[in-house]
Amino acid sequence: MIKLDQVSKQFGPFRAVDNLSFSVSAGEVLGFLGPNGAGKTTTMKIITGFLAPTSGSIELFGQSLPKDGLKAKEMIGYLPEGAPAWGDMSVCGFLRFIAELRGYKGAQRDERVAQVVESLELTQVFERTIETLSKGFKRRVGLAQALIHDPKILILDEPTDGLDPNQKFKVRELIRNLSKDKIVIISTHILEEVNALCSRVIMIADGKLVSDATPAELEAQSDYHQAVTVRFSSAIDPQQKLQQLSNVTRIEAADGCFTLLSTPGNSVLEDVKQLAEQENWDIAELYIEKGRLDDVFRKLTT
Amino acid sequence: MNRLPIIFKRELGSYFSTPLAYVFIVIFLIVSSIFTFNIGGFYETGQADLQVFFNFHPWLYLFFVPAISMRLWAEELRAGTVELLLTLPIKLSEAVLGKFLAAWVFIGIALLLTTPLWVTVNYLGDPDNGIILASYLGSWLMSGAFLAMGSCMSATTHNQVIAFILTISLCFIFMFTGFPMILSVFNGWLPAALVDMIASMSLLTHFNAISRGVLDFRDLLFFIIMMVGWLFATAIVIEKKKAG
Repeated sequence: MIKLDQVSKQFGPFRAVDNLSFSVSAGEVLGFLGPNGAGKTTTMKIITGFLAPTSGSIELFGQSLPKDGLKAKEMIGYLPEGAPAWGDMSVCGFLRFIAELRGYKGAQRDERVAQVVESLELTQVFERTIETLSKGFKRRVGLAQALIHDPKILILDEPTDGLDPNQKFKVRELIRNLSKDKIVIISTHILEEVNALCSRVIMIADGKLVSDATPAELEAQSDYHQAVTVRFSSAIDPQQKLQQLSNVTRIEAADGCFTLLSTPGNSVLEDVKQLAEQENWDIAELYIEKGRLDDVFRKLTT
Repeated sequence: MNRLPIIFKRELGSYFSTPLAYVFIVIFLIVSSIFTFNIGGFYETGQADLQVFFNFHPWLYLFFVPAISMRLWAEELRAGTVELLLTLPIKLSEAVLGKFLAAWVFIGIALLLTTPLWVTVNYLGDPDNGIILASYLGSWLMSGAFLAMGSCMSATTHNQVIAFILTISLCFIFMFTGFPMILSVFNGWLPAALVDMIASMSLLTHFNAISRGVLDFRDLLFFIIMMVGWLFATAIVIEKKKAG
C-alpha cells in the first residue's frame, strides 16, 4: 500500500504540491490527471524518492520515505517523463545494466532481460544503440527497464506518449495484465486512457487534490452524463418540440444530430422516444452518453 | 557500496563505446609528446629523466581533464537520466564515486600509454626510476583532484560547455594559488595564516614536490582531501540540483 499524508513540496516561492493526501492499495491502477504544471510529475518524483517532500510523510508497503529510501526504491519500477535512457548504450547493454543494479547476476540477469524484451517486443532492436531508436521504441525500452524486476509498485509518467495507436493498445494490454497484487500509478493527458486502464482516478490542479473517484463516478459528474443524442431521418425541425420536454436543460445541434442535456438523474430517453412516436418522426440514430471526461476535467481543473 | 562496481563498469565502458576515448587518448599522447620533445626540448637537456615531460602535465590537465569531466553530470542533467539513475536502488555516493573513478581510471589509462617514453629514457641512459614512478603517481593524483573539481562543476549545470569553462577556471585558480601573482591579491588585508593556507592549496606546489621524488605524506593527503572534498561537494550540488 502507498500512503501519502499531507505531502507538500515547495520550490522557492512556488508550491508545486500542496497538502496532498491519498492512499493506493495493491491491485489498483491509479490514473493521475491534471493540467500541465499541476504537480503530477512532482508527486511521482516524491513517491519514487527522487525528490524529498518539504513536509508530510510517504509510506510504501511499510517503508517510510526518505528514511528507507533504498528499500523503497527496490520495490519501485519507474518510467520518468520522456523515458530517459543513456543514448550511447545498446538496448541489450542498458537492460543488463539495470538488471544488475536491481541485483540480478549471470543467467538470472539474462533471463530477466529476455523476458522484458519479449513482452515489449524489442527483439529486433536488441543490439541497436538507444539513440538511434524511434520514439516508440525508446518508450518501450523505458518500460522494459521499469518492469525488469517485476516491481510491486509501478510508476509510469505518460507511458503511451509518442506511441502509435497499435503500440498504445499493446502497452495498455500489458499494464492491464500485470499481476493483480501490484500498484500501478499512471500520469496521463490522454483521457481515453483513463477508461481503458484505470480503476481509480485522482485529479490534481495547482498541487491540490480536486477529485478522487472511479472513472464511472467521474463521468457521472459530466453535464453529458446520460445525455441523449438523436438523429431523425425525416427532414424536420424538431428543436422547438424537444426543448419543451421536461427536464431538458440544453440542446446542442450539430450535423443533424441533437444532443439533449438533462437535469441530473433524469434521462430524457423515454420522453424523446415518446415524442418521436407522437409526431411520427423516424429515428435514424439514438444513443445515451455515459459522460465526457474532458468536460469533467475542464470543470474540475479550471 | 556493493553496486559501485556496476556503475563504474558502465561508465568506463561508455568512454570506449564512442570515439571519445580514442580521440582523447590519441590527442593526449600527441600533445604530451609535442610538449616534451618540441617545446620542452627533451633531447636538448641531455639528461636521462622525464622532468620535462612531467613539467607540462599540469598544463595538459588544465584542458584535458575538464574535457572529460564536463559530461560527468551535465549530460545526465540535460538528458534527464539523472532521474533514472537516482531512482534505481543505489546511493548517491555510489553514483558520484562510480562516475569519478571511471573517469579517473580512464585518465590513468591515457597516462599508462605514455610509458614507452619511460622505456625510452631507460634505453638512452640511467634515470632514477623511483622519481619517475613517484612523478607518475603524483601526476595521476593531480588529475584526480582536477577531475573531482570538474565533477562538481559539471553537476552545477546541464550545459557541458559551461561546465568545461567553469572547470578550467577553477583548476587554473587552484594551480596558481601558491604564486605571488595570486597571493599579492590577498596579502595585506588577510591574516598571514590565511594567506599561507591559500598558498598551500596550490596543486602545482604539491605536484612539484612529488615529482622531485619526495613522497611526503602531506602531499598525498592534500590530493586525497581535495578529491574527497570536491566529490562531497558534488553530492551536495546534485542533491540541490534535482530539486530545481
